[in-house]
Amino acid sequence: MHFTINGQSHDIEVDVRTSLLDLCREHLGLTGSKKGCDHGQCGACTMLVNGRRVNACLTLAVMHQDDEITTIEGLGQPGNLHPLQDAFVRHDGFQCGYCTPGQICSAVGMMDEVKKGWPSHVTEDLGAAELTVEEISERMSGNLCRCAAYPNIVDAIREVAGLGDRNPNEDVGKEVAA
Amino acid sequence: MFGFGKDDTNALTMNQPHPDSLLDTGVQGVISKPLDRVDGPKKVTGTATYAAEYAIENCAHGVLVSATKGHAKIKAIDADAVKAMPGVIDVITDYDTFIRNAQQGGETEAPTQGVRTVDYFGEIIAIVVAESFEAARDAAKQLKVEYEPLDDGAFDYEANKDKAEPAPDGLIKGHYDQGDFDKAFEGASVKVDVTYTTPSQNSAAMEPHASIAVWEDGALTLYGAYQMPTSDAQQLAKALGVSQSKVRIISRYIGGGFGSKLGIAPESVAAAIAAKQLGRPVKAVMLRQQVFDATVRRSNTEQRMRLGAEAGGRIVALGHESITSNLPDEDFFEPVGIGTHFLYAGENRRINHDVVRLNWTLSGSMRAPGEAVGMVGMECAMDELAEAIGMDPIDLRKVNDPEQDPELKVPYSSRNLTRSLEEGAKHFGWDQRQKAGQRREGDWLIGMGVAAACRSNQLQQSAAKVELHPDGSATVSSAMTDIGTGSYTIMAQIAAEILGLPVEKVTMSLGDTNDPPAAGSGGSWGAASAGSAVYLAAERVREKLAKAMGVKAEDLTLKDGMAIGDNRSVPLGELVGKDGLSAIGEIKPGQQEKQYNQASYGAHFAEVGVNVVTGEVRVRRMLGVFAAGRVLNAKTARSQCLGGMTFGIGTALTEELIHDPRTGKLVNHDLAEYHVPVNADVPQLEVHFLDERDIHANPIHAKGIGELGISGAAPAVVNAIYNATGVRVREMPVTLDKLLDHLPAL
Amino acid sequence: MKLFDYARADSVATATRDGAVPGARFIAGGTNLLDLMKLQVETPETLIDISRLALTEIEEREDGGLTIGALVPNSDLAADARVIERYPVLSRALLAGASGQLRNKASTGGNLLQRTRCYYFYDPATPCNKREPGSGCSAIGGENRILAILGTSDQCIATHPSDMAVAMRALEAVIITQKPDGDRRRIAIGEFYRLPGSTPEIENVLEPGELITHVELPPAPEGKQTYRKVRDRASYAFALVSVAGIVAVEGGKISSARLAFGGLGPMPWRDEAVEAALVGQEPTDAAFHAAADALLADAKGYGSNDFKIPLTRRTLVATLRELTQEG
Repeated sequence: MHFTINGQSHDIEVDVRTSLLDLCREHLGLTGSKKGCDHGQCGACTMLVNGRRVNACLTLAVMHQDDEITTIEGLGQPGNLHPLQDAFVRHDGFQCGYCTPGQICSAVGMMDEVKKGWPSHVTEDLGAAELTVEEISERMSGNLCRCAAYPNIVDAIREVAGLGDRNPNEDVGKEVAA
Repeated sequence: MFGFGKDDTNALTMNQPHPDSLLDTGVQGVISKPLDRVDGPKKVTGTATYAAEYAIENCAHGVLVSATKGHAKIKAIDADAVKAMPGVIDVITDYDTFIRNAQQGGETEAPTQGVRTVDYFGEIIAIVVAESFEAARDAAKQLKVEYEPLDDGAFDYEANKDKAEPAPDGLIKGHYDQGDFDKAFEGASVKVDVTYTTPSQNSAAMEPHASIAVWEDGALTLYGAYQMPTSDAQQLAKALGVSQSKVRIISRYIGGGFGSKLGIAPESVAAAIAAKQLGRPVKAVMLRQQVFDATVRRSNTEQRMRLGAEAGGRIVALGHESITSNLPDEDFFEPVGIGTHFLYAGENRRINHDVVRLNWTLSGSMRAPGEAVGMVGMECAMDELAEAIGMDPIDLRKVNDPEQDPELKVPYSSRNLTRSLEEGAKHFGWDQRQKAGQRREGDWLIGMGVAAACRSNQLQQSAAKVELHPDGSATVSSAMTDIGTGSYTIMAQIAAEILGLPVEKVTMSLGDTNDPPAAGSGGSWGAASAGSAVYLAAERVREKLAKAMGVKAEDLTLKDGMAIGDNRSVPLGELVGKDGLSAIGEIKPGQQEKQYNQASYGAHFAEVGVNVVTGEVRVRRMLGVFAAGRVLNAKTARSQCLGGMTFGIGTALTEELIHDPRTGKLVNHDLAEYHVPVNADVPQLEVHFLDERDIHANPIHAKGIGELGISGAAPAVVNAIYNATGVRVREMPVTLDKLLDHLPAL
Repeated sequence: MKLFDYARADSVATATRDGAVPGARFIAGGTNLLDLMKLQVETPETLIDISRLALTEIEEREDGGLTIGALVPNSDLAADARVIERYPVLSRALLAGASGQLRNKASTGGNLLQRTRCYYFYDPATPCNKREPGSGCSAIGGENRILAILGTSDQCIATHPSDMAVAMRALEAVIITQKPDGDRRRIAIGEFYRLPGSTPEIENVLEPGELITHVELPPAPEGKQTYRKVRDRASYAFALVSVAGIVAVEGGKISSARLAFGGLGPMPWRDEAVEAALVGQEPTDAAFHAAADALLADAKGYGSNDFKIPLTRRTLVATLRELTQEG
């Protein structure tokens, strides 16, 4: 089988039952994408397939031989962070870090959906949406975070979208350090 | 395991207050700052390595086999049929050694072993090992097991609760009586007698339990997702019948724990036994359903609250009697009244815990065992009492804020409950709160609620090593863990502050039992315990630096990698010699925890909307004000509180494990039907910290924070629902079906 | 997941031919099928991958309706400007379902064929007549908070979990299929699903190898459209109750009404008696309650799902108020 992941070609034979997620984690050493539930119920495995965010646990690798796949490893590396990765660090958009690669890939895909003018469940008139707190929360609800960094995830995304106002972490810091 | 009092170990037993702290006199200026997590870049790039992600050569894949009966004996396992399947290597069980239940946190013995008997639906009874995950999973699902039913299973809480018996004394007493509760309650001018219930819950950490077992020369290395590697290694060694020195656990990154990874779970022993039998490494990751079925749950609780007060609000009788559940022969009980013992005044007290024995998944610790659900009963009852008296619920709490521990009659080490309530009320706009059922915006009924937060503070014996290298950098190592709590970052900050180094110059090594032993992450003790160990190690290194400089330690200033004293300024690298300097620090609890009641406090404020048509509840705003001693990193501390508050939202509104009363089976054992809050359930929560130091707790003056945010969060939401609707729902979670009949007719 | 043979179909003709072999299943998005295969609830011997077939267009129809390719992802369908303009109830239903990731993968045809979320159907360790005919229904007498109150039988009380299909039922969509012999069928969505009766394992009228190729939407009826979904979380949860409504008011009276319901029955539910109770009436609460009476006349609770009866009434009444409000 042939795969293109993060711009790299891979030729590898795997069990036909192998999910796209397990292909990456168990066969290609790309363990950045996480397995939280293996049933499309948590979003930790989110990757970009031809630029669209999907749950990699709920799709077979064999079905993606012609696709361009991007995982968290393809977005940025320590020292060369993608703007969303950088914003997640500064806003503390995670704690344990396990859902984080999925959150970030999901956010990349989500912001592209907004750019395309896709509405969401909370878009009043089904028109083009601004990335309000409510819009981001709804659109990112397919990514569970049990550490519950949700408010920080929303802030990180808003900042990258150019809508960031205040970083509550900075405020808290001043208060305590004073 | 601990080298207490050994040379080169700076050991401290907290028998005395520790008023001076190097964190106050340090001039590096990194402590408490909202620094980014030092492990952040790794986590956001997917390069932090979690348990199942180590590239181990020749590693076979194991998938655990779950029992499909609630109570039975295994007659036979038909291994041959699945062993013939392509890729399957073996079906392995050991009826005596496999663990039946997960272990509780901090235990040093093996958990209950033996899987010939199935005690609960989903118990792990075997492991199938194959060349691929896909083959192992298929075979594990197809494995035929023959059972002999046992007819004495108890699966239905309601049908069995009258058989509840007093809990054995444990962390707290099973039964506690003070004064004459019955008489005082009878004679009280205002009485509240209500019963609250909370369901079983699951920690639902995002990373499923996972172990890779590697044997080499009779010694086991287990890459595991464990919160407390030091004691987990002891448990594992005992379970496997090998010497402790032969078991090493590595848990560098853990994808959340919340109590569920305190003690060893079935996959560890199964992987270890399989790896030994097969002579090759085995990886076993629990399926999500198995995490629900066969690790630990927080027990369901039924809490009878009886509060008797004078007309002015002073509590004269305080009763908190709970029934929880656990498997037969398990000592742990959910300590529902743990916070009730010290939160409020009241001379006449009854705090009882009874346990009903059920064939349900083991009950154990989940984030803030005791307070997380006990505060639902306590703080909702306080809201009801305030209503009955006609008093503001904040004033009621202030009237009952005691001078000293109402039971032990010892002072509090530090306590800022009233200040938290007052600060919170001001920030939240509490004065805008209206009477119950008054405020409506369109189809939404709006209300505000408040609840106190408290969480007992614990110090656990812990050690850490600090090394200062000739290149001027430092390494901190300890078997402490970072489960998302920020340990990597705050421990680096402590070392950096004391040694006068930028945080980037400190390399962290955590989660390896080859490093100095530590209590790990649990009970909110991690930062205070391991952080104090780092403090002590750094203090000793600092003393050595002073000696090398030829100055007294108190005359030494360390900043930006330079030692300054006696009118000289010398790079640290030059002072440490060619081998560098190192020391071990070790902290141990002492008399201070007996002479003072130590706890963190806070207050939660919630504003909810309740849909007048459907009864759907949405949290619109929420504020937590917390006082937990020194905040070591304002950013990570805030995140801990956000997490706790969100757990509270889950407790109040969405989370419930549903046990089928016919079999005990958890029917909603996945993340689609066990509803942890999603992003859209959580508004932009606000967190404020009050400035506080606790000199009785430890040398860094910090108290626990990880569980403070959950304690009281749920009742604040539930009280807000009452304020919005005028309806008291006393059965958690407050799903819409419980409100529906009480909403205005359409 | 059991082993299976995998074949990628290069045409509808080969797909239907290969799909007619016993044990064969089509896979498109796979978001429900793979979920169930991992649990061995579904155990196909052959998977026919139809995901590359040219069924991904949304096309105008001469009558002003749309023809939707069966492989159009849910997200694309929801965001299509024509759908938003003419069938907002469909956009809203789609957007209320699942998550952004799942909607990107889930197909139009597959969404129609989603299987129930019943706890017991999902667990082969428990009896379930739908999964294993004749084994019994664990949900009756068991935990059934999320299950059906309408159209149930003593063999099965499963609900159909789709949001999209509920809107399509209100829109009177037509499901276009192709059979292995090349014959094409047009099946009204109201004729597509089957009640459980004594054969809950049979959920629709598709024959072996028969493939959904398109869904036709007739021109939207007059009136306001809305989709209201009630669930246990603010997002990413299945419906406890949902209502797809299209109602027109003329001269102070309801001139037409289409109402379909999710979370209540084994199929996206529509009951003409509900609409009959409304048409010709003034839009008053009395009329709305009469509609609810008609809908719920035969409703039956099974214990933990009893609340769905009052919840449905309230949700329906509020939805009708919204749809008949001036302006």
